[in-house]
Amino acid sequence: MSNAAVLNRRSFMVASLAGGAVLTLDATVVLAAPAKGAPADVLNAFVRINADNSVTIGAKNPEIGQGVKVMLPMLIAEELDLAWEQVKIEQTDADETKYGIQTAGGSTATPRNWLPMRQVGAAARAMLIAAAAQQWGVETATLTTARGAVLHKATGKSLTYASLAKAASTQTPPDLAKVSLKDPSAFSIIGKSKPGVDVPKIIKGEPLFGIDTRLPGLVHAAVVKCPAHGGTVASIDDAAVKAIPGVVAVVAVNSGFVPAGQNDTVLIVADSWWKASKAREKLVVVWDDAAVSGFSTAGYEKAAAGLVANPPQVSLFKAGDADAALISAAKVVKADYEYPFLAHATLEPQNCTALFKDGKLEMWAPSQSPANGRTETAKLCGIAPEDLTIHLTRIGGGFGRRLLNDYMAIAGQVAKAVPGKPVKVIYDRTDDFRHDFYRPAGWHRFSAGLDASGTIVALKDHFVTFGKDGKGLRAADMAATEFPGPIVPNVDYGVSYMATNLGTGWLRAPTSNAMAFVFQSFLDEVAEAAGLDLPELMRRTLGQSREIPGGRVPFHTGRARGVIDAVCKSAGWKGREKGRGFGFYFCHLGYFAEVVDVTISDGVVKVDKVWVAGDVGSQVINPINAMHQVQGAVIEGLGQAMLGQKIVQENGVVTAENFGDFALMRMEGVPREIAVEFIKTDFPPTGLGEPALPPVIPALAGAIYSVTGKRHRRLPLELI
Amino acid sequence: MSVSLTVNGRKRVVEAEADKPLLWVLREDLDMPGTKFGCGAGLCGACTVHLDGEAVRSCQTPIADAAGKTITTIEGIATNAIGKRVTEAWAALDVPQCGYCQAGQIMSATALLKQNPKPSAEDIDGWMSGNICRCATYLRIRAAIRQAAGLAPEIVAAGNAGGEQVA
Repeated sequence: MSNAAVLNRRSFMVASLAGGAVLTLDATVVLAAPAKGAPADVLNAFVRINADNSVTIGAKNPEIGQGVKVMLPMLIAEELDLAWEQVKIEQTDADETKYGIQTAGGSTATPRNWLPMRQVGAAARAMLIAAAAQQWGVETATLTTARGAVLHKATGKSLTYASLAKAASTQTPPDLAKVSLKDPSAFSIIGKSKPGVDVPKIIKGEPLFGIDTRLPGLVHAAVVKCPAHGGTVASIDDAAVKAIPGVVAVVAVNSGFVPAGQNDTVLIVADSWWKASKAREKLVVVWDDAAVSGFSTAGYEKAAAGLVANPPQVSLFKAGDADAALISAAKVVKADYEYPFLAHATLEPQNCTALFKDGKLEMWAPSQSPANGRTETAKLCGIAPEDLTIHLTRIGGGFGRRLLNDYMAIAGQVAKAVPGKPVKVIYDRTDDFRHDFYRPAGWHRFSAGLDASGTIVALKDHFVTFGKDGKGLRAADMAATEFPGPIVPNVDYGVSYMATNLGTGWLRAPTSNAMAFVFQSFLDEVAEAAGLDLPELMRRTLGQSREIPGGRVPFHTGRARGVIDAVCKSAGWKGREKGRGFGFYFCHLGYFAEVVDVTISDGVVKVDKVWVAGDVGSQVINPINAMHQVQGAVIEGLGQAMLGQKIVQENGVVTAENFGDFALMRMEGVPREIAVEFIKTDFPPTGLGEPALPPVIPALAGAIYSVTGKRHRRLPLELI
Repeated sequence: MSVSLTVNGRKRVVEAEADKPLLWVLREDLDMPGTKFGCGAGLCGACTVHLDGEAVRSCQTPIADAAGKTITTIEGIATNAIGKRVTEAWAALDVPQCGYCQAGQIMSATALLKQNPKPSAEDIDGWMSGNICRCATYLRIRAAIRQAAGLAPEIVAAGNAGGEQVA
């Protein structure tokens, strides 16, 4: 998972953060010689030592509220041996040739950067030590560092990093892979809570987000999209719009969702977004949507019912003979599960600002994957990827929506149509709901066989979802190793696909946010048939502590057992009890088990308390932010399950227009307490944006079942 | 139309269509982007400002209705004693995640404490449920309001994060 090798081949510069016009360079410290033949401008720039001995650290990943803008600099600062008070954090631009991977997705920032970012800090420290050793004529081994200074204990001499920075820049850069790193027992920043770096600005309302981008001569664009996904522009009558004073242009573009040469989006550019938005009423667009207007939720449900009753189109995983084992099983449990399309509903609507000038694009992009945005935007704008400069803004919520870059593609093309004028494109809430890339819906038909001792001997799942040409659409997949498949002797997982016109995409804990519900809920039914509760069935199925090879990553039964036991202990789990439910899931390298307590009165479910036990390895880097991530994930999961969230489609068109049609959790529905504990294990630290979300949904469903006696096999949960 | 109003203690005159929402006048005409666009329908609370001391959704307030009125936005809320306590509690408890909704949350919380200085847990939940936080920072919003109101914490320690107690 480490990209140390990538970083190693490049040179590092301790002095200049890219886009450094606002920075005064005090010293340049080159950390590694450029690779042979590498262009002179291939530099990595994470650290700048300022004259006042403060240190500016570049935060490379997009900040969507996951706290990465603090977490990554913490890793550098730790090994550079700074006092946290010395640290100033700056968001870098998007440029993977300088900074390595810059994606906010998949809870990957921690596992990807745990070593490389520490090595960057350690390499800078080694060069500062080398500079001091030269100046004092002593061996580097006799020197130590603390709080931004190099110390020579024998003589009591010390020099600040600021005073050494220039000399350090002439040192031969160390091999990143060989720099010595601190023993975790010596950490003074990692493992200590650091608040959000932008909080002082947020509470004053200072401009930080993409939508706040301000530039001289800025014009604004509102979007008109074919209501049915995939429809294209047949003709436009924009005479009435162009007659409005202040309207600058009407431009048809391709968002990247329809084939090249066609357009699915029309932008009205004006001197005010409000004006552009209002002008949409006067725009007449004839859409070519015949091929996409036949899709509907009712149609999917009918098709799914037909598909699931037939053999799967594609086999996903087979072991033993599941059919034979079901026939000879002592008990058989069968059930169907399903879940809907979901929107992301980031609170900051999709937006992007772009300026096209002299054949080049400059963008201010709230994107979770700016590197992909660069490629796609360049292609649609007909310019070279290196002719895009991408500034990363703070992002008002990601949840996976901004891993796709339609707003960048649109902004780039409209900017190209009005060269020299910076354009800010903003989706309104209805655009945002109707033109999302949705968590795909799915249907599952399960059967499981138990032997006389209550052990699972057979498991079948026929998963029905959306695909094309025998392959699942984006995020419409299921791991062949979905638990407990690899542990059960006779397994048959298969998939069938149907078509949709909707764009699909990754929603926080993609696939897992649905699979946890269906698999854990079904396993609870199996447990009940075996006369057990779910934690006990899990323990028996997991068996001895061992690592089971997986599709992408191994699954450790001992770590799973660890969080299951921990949460049962904290919550005082005593077997099946009225008002309690349990769920476990492993995803994004994190193991989480959760217990939910509910009370139900007058058909209204109230979640009273949630207990969480998680295992993300040996170290929680920023404890306060870890808590934020876990609690937020739990509340989001509860919202998906209990608020009726689903995306409904009629005549090809998504019906949701605003939050009245797709309810998000509000304070009145939030439990009084979400108790979180981390189990430390001897594994490398992993991410926290996602893995706490999935298990809360089956835990909630189980808790409701324990009260009503009615199994809930469909999301959103129907409470009455 | 030409509209005069007082924003954060400063007299302002803007030229805008009568139906242009106060939200967009603040963001576009007065260059004050702290007040956020979330839904445009009064459903999420991100655009909350104070109009003559009352919390209103600025996306649902035509500028004509704000003529001659006194507006307080997130950019000016800390000049008010209660607003100052609220923003300080927000920072002390590290409330924001993405931060996009927080201007609206702070404006609503300040309005709550103005008219109900010692709110009950139910009062807080009821009042604040007009404001969506998509990141779900609700536990800390509750705690920050209690802190700003001088009320004891509802829950002493929410858990143990990697060996460090985090309230």
